[in-house]
Amino acid sequence: MKVDDALIDKLARLSKLAFSEEGKEEIKRDLEKMFNFMEKLNEIDTEGIEPLIYVNEAVNVFREDVVKQEITREEALMNAPLKDEQFFKVPKFVKRT
Amino acid sequence: MNINDKYEAVIGLEVHAQLLTKSKIFSGDDTSFGSPPNTQVSAITLALPGTLPKLNKEIIEMAIKLGLACHSQISPFNMFERKNYFYADLPKGYQISQDKTPICVGGYMNVEVNGNIKQVDLTRIHMEEDAGKNNHELDEHYSMVDLNRAGVPLLEIVSEPCIHSSDEAYAYLTEMRKLVRYLDVCDGNMEEGSMRCDANVSIRLKGTTELGTKVEVKNMNSIRNVKRAIDGEVARQIALLESGGVIEQQTRSFDPNDGSSFPLRSKEFAHDYRYFPEPDLPPVVITEERLESIRQKMPQLPWELADTFMNTFQLTAYDAKVLTAEKETALFFLEATKHTQNYKSLANWMMGEVRSIQHEKNRSLQTLGITSKVLCTLIELVDTGKLNSSGAKTLFHALVENPSKQPEELAITLNLIQSSDEGELATYIKEVLTKYPDKVAEYKKGKKGVIGLFMGDIMRLSKGKADPKITTKLLEEYLNQ
Repeated sequence: MKVDDALIDKLARLSKLAFSEEGKEEIKRDLEKMFNFMEKLNEIDTEGIEPLIYVNEAVNVFREDVVKQEITREEALMNAPLKDEQFFKVPKFVKRT
Repeated sequence: MNINDKYEAVIGLEVHAQLLTKSKIFSGDDTSFGSPPNTQVSAITLALPGTLPKLNKEIIEMAIKLGLACHSQISPFNMFERKNYFYADLPKGYQISQDKTPICVGGYMNVEVNGNIKQVDLTRIHMEEDAGKNNHELDEHYSMVDLNRAGVPLLEIVSEPCIHSSDEAYAYLTEMRKLVRYLDVCDGNMEEGSMRCDANVSIRLKGTTELGTKVEVKNMNSIRNVKRAIDGEVARQIALLESGGVIEQQTRSFDPNDGSSFPLRSKEFAHDYRYFPEPDLPPVVITEERLESIRQKMPQLPWELADTFMNTFQLTAYDAKVLTAEKETALFFLEATKHTQNYKSLANWMMGEVRSIQHEKNRSLQTLGITSKVLCTLIELVDTGKLNSSGAKTLFHALVENPSKQPEELAITLNLIQSSDEGELATYIKEVLTKYPDKVAEYKKGKKGVIGLFMGDIMRLSKGKADPKITTKLLEEYLNQ
């Protein structure tokens, strides 16, 4: 797979990251390596083999519909870098134009 | 030709219904609406490292109930998938949803539009978690995030693009809201956002089959606003095409203040959700036995009740529709039919006096305190001539104020029981006829209308207790002597 600027830009946008020009070149080389490794894995014939999604065979693992409030708001907000007494604060991301 | 007749609207609706569970879909946090921000969260909701989701048992049954009611196929094997996107209201960076194995596949719902039956086909119904809520107005520089809603269970009900007018969309949503309420899976409250609807709207030249570029309109907080948003979007698209423009694939937000909409994001910024299986949640297997046990427990559906009301109780289609609009009313009516045979009168009471006092007091039938038996006793008092209709209404309102009282006793206390004592009536009639000798003469000359004047006075003298039918008969006898 070809790793070009367009792919890097798309991945950066999806993961909300921004790279410098040098950073971009570096990431491009790293990604290329990763893709080459994946290509190697693709050489294995997996015809007729179901993908492994679950590591055990359990099905229908449920919890009862019971309310259990285990943490307080203070605890919930404790590790947030930006907050007030009630809310998590994040950079403003919707402005009506 | 009108330009609006040149185009056909093609609409698909996505309905999100918050399920009426006590706790969230993958964690034990409370789901009740309106609590202070971030008081209903947990380590799982906050996506703290090392936490694992665990599925709430109730969700499966609720999803199956809705699927069975909509004639969907129920998937025997269910996986959850991660829908990846980066947004502040979603701490994990992905929403746990269903992609490849929606719990309900296909199905349909019949709705009535302008007297015709329209079948709205469903693509799928799947389970997923709700996201938190962002507030962009509270602070000048920051968006504020409340995660109480994050993890609340949702069913997403996706229709085929088979809806062609805002009226059809309105009818479908009204019917779907009714159904989820009947099934007790969702309270259908669009103002509080427990039922939400996004509309995918495109237009094409009439007679063509190719789909146009679709625009998604979001954030309508009532069924009426969905209709307004669709009308607005169709008009916008027609105007755009007619002026030589091109429709751009985008997501728009509806503004209820003026019915307009504004773009949220366009196709170039469209999401790439990179779905993949959620390995933290084991699959859900639904056996035929489990399905059968849910089938057995299915309540009567609104359209089934409407049929019963028409066929067993001889109500008109209109009455049946009105009485089944709300489950509580329908079940009350059904219960009341055990105590009376006068179904038409019962229906009239339910749609008239009962409904208007419910609106006036903003109360449910339950809290109104009138039992179906009491209402039927009232109907019987009218049918046996003991109460006239205005007396019955007075008694009804008195009963609402004094729900512990027996109807007949209260009627006696309030002096409402109709007098049919002909002797007493005769006194009043004679008194009135003596009072108006000239009017009596007019009557005898053929001016029959003056009888109303006599009736009015007799009613006043009897304090409204005179039975109008008997009084009229007696009065005519005296006048024709």
